[in-house]
Amino acid sequence: MRRSPIDPALAALAAATLSCAAPATAQLAGDVFIHDPSTVVESDGKWYTFGTRGGGLVSSDGWTWSSGPIRPGGGVAPDVIRIGDRYYVAYAVGGGGLNGGHASEVKVMWTRSLDPNSPDFEYHEVGTVASSNGVENNDAIDPAFLFVDGRLWLTYGTYFGSIRIVELDPATGQRVPGNQPVDIAIDMEATALLYRDGWYYLFGTHGTCCDGPNSTYNIRVGRSRSVLGPYVDNMGVPLLRGGGKLVAAAKGRMIGAGHFGHIDLGGGLEKFSLHYEADMDRSGRSVLAIEPLLWRDGWPVAGSNIKAGTYQIQSERSGNALQLRTDFVRIPFDARRSFMAGPNDPITAIPDQTLAENGPAWPEGAVRVDLSAYMVRPNQHWLVTPEPQAGGYFGAPYYSIRIAGTERALAVRADGREVEAVPRFTGDERQLWRIDQLTDGTYRITPKGARDDTALAAIGTSSVSLVRFDPDSDAGRWRFHTP
Amino acid sequence: MTRPWRPAQRSACTVLRALAAATLVLAPGLPVQAADGPPAPAPLSHYFSAATDDPAAPDHDGFIRRWMLLDPIAKPNPTNIVFTGSYVREALSPETYPGRFGTLPRPGAITHIGETLTWHALDSRLWDVKLFNFAQSRGKRTYGVVFWAVTVIDSPREVTDVRLAVGSNSASRWWLNGEVAAELFDDRRMVMDDVLSDRLTLRKGRNVIHGAIINGPGLSDFCLRLLDASGQPIRDVEVVVR
Repeated sequence: MRRSPIDPALAALAAATLSCAAPATAQLAGDVFIHDPSTVVESDGKWYTFGTRGGGLVSSDGWTWSSGPIRPGGGVAPDVIRIGDRYYVAYAVGGGGLNGGHASEVKVMWTRSLDPNSPDFEYHEVGTVASSNGVENNDAIDPAFLFVDGRLWLTYGTYFGSIRIVELDPATGQRVPGNQPVDIAIDMEATALLYRDGWYYLFGTHGTCCDGPNSTYNIRVGRSRSVLGPYVDNMGVPLLRGGGKLVAAAKGRMIGAGHFGHIDLGGGLEKFSLHYEADMDRSGRSVLAIEPLLWRDGWPVAGSNIKAGTYQIQSERSGNALQLRTDFVRIPFDARRSFMAGPNDPITAIPDQTLAENGPAWPEGAVRVDLSAYMVRPNQHWLVTPEPQAGGYFGAPYYSIRIAGTERALAVRADGREVEAVPRFTGDERQLWRIDQLTDGTYRITPKGARDDTALAAIGTSSVSLVRFDPDSDAGRWRFHTP
Repeated sequence: MTRPWRPAQRSACTVLRALAAATLVLAPGLPVQAADGPPAPAPLSHYFSAATDDPAAPDHDGFIRRWMLLDPIAKPNPTNIVFTGSYVREALSPETYPGRFGTLPRPGAITHIGETLTWHALDSRLWDVKLFNFAQSRGKRTYGVVFWAVTVIDSPREVTDVRLAVGSNSASRWWLNGEVAAELFDDRRMVMDDVLSDRLTLRKGRNVIHGAIINGPGLSDFCLRLLDASGQPIRDVEVVVR
């Protein structure tokens, strides 16, 4: 985190106003104001993240957040990791360029619960595990943990000099005796480590922070076969020479993407937390965000939630399109005459089939849905609409899925086991859906009230149902195409 | 497969026949080619054997191969594009079943629907049931027809959350113990696990499956298996037709 562009007095004022939450509009709901969020971790059935200056946010669904978590010690840019029955918390005191100083200490403490109401909530000091003396080209702030194969690593550093890595004892949180820091990157802030398929990934943030809508923060990544490096980007540029493949940057009305934190929700669903330096719909304040994480050719890429619009919903299993199961309505066409047409016969456009042409054949009540070849027909076009007033799940609001131009809505049947299109959208929970982007870019469609990891799946070439999601199968994967 | 533009189909068939006529060596078991015409249809034994009194089991992948098949009923349709859900539900209904729906026909039983039709107890040699070849080998009409198929699944226990997994060429309807379980509409090719039923309960003991398949021009066949709650084929059942 770069602190120099912001006045300390203004920072204090901003901190005092963090609890004055504006209505949720763009992403996440509730009190989402935070800077330098730690990795989102689960404790006692809730999800926690902590930010600079001691505060934190908690949520039971990853969508609606509130303040309340307690992290003693103050300082900046903490990180949290769970190892066994302990939550280790690292944070930095000093440094960051405040008043020109870069002397800082990374401290560690642990607790068995992050819930202040739990009897296991009690922080225990471990002490300082890394430091910078204010003269060397390093500033020991922005710590981040990684626990792999029984070994605990910690990166730290910011724009002032290098990013460094040290090894800690996972049993105590203390520095491994004799361990020396290793430089692994430059020109980064807010690093984070991730291990996947034999690669260590070093995430960091390039650009300038703490300047609201003018912050140029963007998240970058390099990878290495060794946790100690060398880390290189997709072009082979070492991170020690300023390399870094883009993961996430500003988009829409969210400016200054920084401070990556990996969230593995299981079942092939990965997301990441970050803060945007400025949410333009929330006074340009720094806010928590959660977005899908995709993997392409071994590199992490920011995904995207489905935007409001009309789509063909295509099964990754069969390639067929989700549709109302209604009688096929033909477009008037003389195939014989068409095939016999001469090269100089006049050419005319055939209009798309309209709802008025297709719809009259539909039954009035609930209609089952199935899969069929996509034919650009009205019974295959779904209006997907975010319904944030109904809540959401880890960065994505619940959606309604309706046949475009109608009120017919995709819904769970009363038996809770099959799907149909009901005649009218009422906002009932059975008509609301989670649409989570999976790591391959496809989407998973989950009923709001789903139990046991149930999701919409193609159980046959042409049949759909609600079944337990299998991350190793294409049956529960869907693509959304604009007509 | 059926193509509505029939002149092109005829033309392609003509070419294929000419190529076949030029072929002198035929694979063993295939019908012998007449010197001055197209090959004779394969005999029924090429695709089926007579069902025995011993119970059969589903094959390795769970496909049901033992069926009572009725000779095709004439239902002229020059194309399969008419097989909408509304049409098929009316054309293939318990009311159109040749006999009392729900009962098991006796092998060799005869019914009269415009012509004399016979029920046959057969085991398919393949994973699917080749209805076109069944009709052809019997010297019956092959285009513009309705086939009825019946079998009995004898289960050693009650099994819940079972799905009928069906593929058919062309449209078809399927009943388990008298209740509609799966429907396949439109001009359709036979592929395994095309349409799956909702979750059903397989009774302990006898379970009767009725199926009706309608086809205009082109080949006709079906495949059916039972899948358990985890999507795996059910094989520990007996299949009988008596």
